[in-house]
Amino acid sequence: MNAPADYLLHLADNAVVLGQRNAEWCGHGPILEEDIAMGNVSLDYIGQARLLYQLAATRLGGDATEDKLAYFRDDTQFRNYTLLELPHNGPLVGYAKADRDYATTIVRNFLYGALMVLVWDALEKSSDSDLAAIAAKSLKEARYHLHHAADWVVRFGDGTEESHQRVQAALDHLFPYTEEFWTPSAVEDAAVASGAGVDVRTLRAAWDAIVNDTLGQGTLVRPQGRGYVPEGKHGRHSEHLGYLLGEMQGLARAHPGATW
Amino acid sequence: MYTQAMDIPDESGKKLASVSNAPSEQEAAFEARIEADGRIEPQDWMPEAYRKTLVRQISQHAHSEIVGMLPEGNWISRAPSLKRKAILIAKVQDEGGHGLYLYSAAETLGTSREQMLEGLHSGKAKYSSIFNYPTLNWADVGVIGWLVDGAAIMNQIPLCRCSYGPYSRAMIRVCKEESFHQRQGYEALLVMMQGSEAQKAMVQDAVNRLWWKCLAMFGPPDADSPHSAQGMRWGIKRISNDELRQKFVDATVPQAKVLGVTLPDPDLKWNEARGHYDYGQIDWAEFWNTVEGNGPCNKERLATRVKAHNDGQWVRDAAQAYARKQQERAMKEAA
Repeated sequence: MNAPADYLLHLADNAVVLGQRNAEWCGHGPILEEDIAMGNVSLDYIGQARLLYQLAATRLGGDATEDKLAYFRDDTQFRNYTLLELPHNGPLVGYAKADRDYATTIVRNFLYGALMVLVWDALEKSSDSDLAAIAAKSLKEARYHLHHAADWVVRFGDGTEESHQRVQAALDHLFPYTEEFWTPSAVEDAAVASGAGVDVRTLRAAWDAIVNDTLGQGTLVRPQGRGYVPEGKHGRHSEHLGYLLGEMQGLARAHPGATW
Repeated sequence: MYTQAMDIPDESGKKLASVSNAPSEQEAAFEARIEADGRIEPQDWMPEAYRKTLVRQISQHAHSEIVGMLPEGNWISRAPSLKRKAILIAKVQDEGGHGLYLYSAAETLGTSREQMLEGLHSGKAKYSSIFNYPTLNWADVGVIGWLVDGAAIMNQIPLCRCSYGPYSRAMIRVCKEESFHQRQGYEALLVMMQGSEAQKAMVQDAVNRLWWKCLAMFGPPDADSPHSAQGMRWGIKRISNDELRQKFVDATVPQAKVLGVTLPDPDLKWNEARGHYDYGQIDWAEFWNTVEGNGPCNKERLATRVKAHNDGQWVRDAAQAYARKQQERAMKEAA
């Protein structure tokens, strides 16, 4: 059976939002090799988003296109995890400006990458053969993303005093947002019921094992949850997504109907 | 991307004229290799002035790639379609890759990447002045591909035959990617020129702002080009600035016609007798002013590179500290 379009949009929105965020490093990386690597990670996410939006557009029919879905939906219609829309710095309000922190970027890519290797692995067996094909391609990319991010988490954790402090602070900031991975949503439940989706809650033990192993190697402490569970996948976001989409969608929306 | 004026003098080239004390036998072998159009490799003896010229030229080229990521990077977050966003990220990433090969090629001459970056950050080393102009609308991305990368290809194709092996080999790969960049830029503009009036106006505006800067990318007129003659003799430079510029104009005029844009030069016209297009006067005073650091974006570009480098110091320190610890652990285990 085909996956519900909203489920494809959840996966696509995750990819486009994190791709947009990671691309902010382009030209500003801490070393040229990392600038290139982060561009590559971003490009993979934009590529995944395109495939998923294209599939969703086909399923939705009418005048839906990948770009209409990415550029002409409002923030409350975006179904990405809140974790992925946060800026590359510690906890600050939506309109605050701060320097990008590479530890924040790496920790986010690690926490999400660890989830996505499991999600894509499961979706390779999806009853939706188009989604299964996207999963097979994305799994290869996710393995690289996890490898890249986990290596840096360990380097930072077991590097200098400053890098250890920065990566622990980034973990303390971002870890609570991962609670959203494990909460139910009607969209995911419908996808699971159709046989096309994966019940993310069944992946938690495997995710814990990846995370605990890497944090152990990096001599880092796993933070506790804080009670509040973000609800981005329900369309209720942080203050940050509006700014991200404002920048991403502005030009396209100034010229509705234009072809680029 | 892009190299221009790869014979722009900068501080690193001041001792260019220093006389080599090498034994004449080695010098003769070097000259014979050059004469026979052979390649000089890193382990070969070479005159100090040849080495310095190459380090200056290759590092200017590498810096241009890295600084050149910024004007295009300016539009990644706002690219108006996901396809164009993906193409642009891939392109800017390619430019970073070119910077990497070029720094590596220059390192074979005994200068470290750190030293080269120090030259850039202190303002001693130059980079292509085209990147000191702002990218003000989305069409700038297409025009950079079409004209700036197009000009760079004109410059770089002859460098594939450069006498220094590592540089010539790097250029072969770089040129393949640049030619792809140029085509994507032109294709993006073709689509815009078939679109709305607003889209067409964006393309014309970008061409108006960048055309003359692209002509200047080939460097000063041959008569005023300080290092050209020696570079030609050494096989580092193969075709003169003015010849390349003419070739670029001749190739571009028909492309502009197909696109439907006007090149902003009232003096641009076919000269039957010469078999080339004539073109107007380049504003060299403005060019030199920009090269000297006083263009519209010089300070922003350089400060942004310096900030990225400084902000990344703790990341590089962490990687080194971790590598040291790993090495110590491996040695302990082995003991």
